[in-house]
Amino acid sequence: MKKIFKRYRTLGIILIINLFFILLSPQSGINALIITAENLTEMLLIMPPIFILLGFLDIWVEKETMIKFLGENSKFLGIFTAFLLGSIAAGPLYVAFPFVGVLMKKGSKFSNVLIFIGAWSATKIPISLFEASVMGWKFMIVRYLIDVPVIILMAFIVDKAISSSEKEMLYKNPKIL
Amino acid sequence: MFTIGFYLLMLIIVIGSFRRDSDKTKLALIKAWKYFENILPLFLSIIFGIGIILSVLSPEAISKILGNQSGWLGIIVAAIIGSVTVIPGFVTFPLAATLLKNGAGLTQIIVFISTSVMVGVITIPIEIKYLGRKVTYLRNSLALVFSILIAFIMEALIK
Repeated sequence: MKKIFKRYRTLGIILIINLFFILLSPQSGINALIITAENLTEMLLIMPPIFILLGFLDIWVEKETMIKFLGENSKFLGIFTAFLLGSIAAGPLYVAFPFVGVLMKKGSKFSNVLIFIGAWSATKIPISLFEASVMGWKFMIVRYLIDVPVIILMAFIVDKAISSSEKEMLYKNPKIL
Repeated sequence: MFTIGFYLLMLIIVIGSFRRDSDKTKLALIKAWKYFENILPLFLSIIFGIGIILSVLSPEAISKILGNQSGWLGIIVAAIIGSVTVIPGFVTFPLAATLLKNGAGLTQIIVFISTSVMVGVITIPIEIKYLGRKVTYLRNSLALVFSILIAFIMEALIK
């Protein structure tokens, strides 16, 4: 009980802020709740298949398979697989982090984990159909041509900035279950 | 449409997995729930937080600040708005298009899009849980700097 209270403390504070907001400016405060309700339904619709796929990835995919495709010696195959996994995903970036946990647990190379995060955030194919329809194909294609090398470059920089002992700590992190 | 695709894929995997091994399937479903439950408190806080932020910042208000003539100030404001708001991807692009129509500058909007998808200030607590402080701060700062660079390159190429 105490633990639940502690975990949901931030949510409580935000709800209180929203309540004050409603008292101070009813229209904006209620508008905030409407936006929340819209986002929440949208997200709750996307979440079940994503998390179930994550559960199955964790249980069914062998560590050896993951190492072959994304591990230390995966080279171009690793970069390609990381892009593919991140780009076909759905859901906001923070949903990617439980996936990151599973990828690391199964022996994925750290730079590939970072590429996966980059792809999940910037080159998501389902979202890009919206992008092309509202911003035009040219915009989307130019953005992809620039974003793909930038994602690889960023992954490379972060990977080099982290020492191997720091990496080891991250891979032993109990939070990744 | 993609959501339906994901549900179909999920259904195929669950049924296929159940026919091969029902115990493993149950275990996978329990895992799925655990992963979800693990981020649920932060997830709900973020969703409610976004609601408050977006109700204060209307598209008209944002367009005015990010106008064609807003220059570096507009770019900085765009980067801040993009970094602190966690907008679902299918909202980001229609919103960006609306802002452009309302008179926002192209560079500013690209900065907004890039930071919105790559930088997540509100979600830093979740990121730290999985990647640690150093990687999280480094990744977000780099994404912020690159977002601005990307905007200048893209603007030059598209014009």
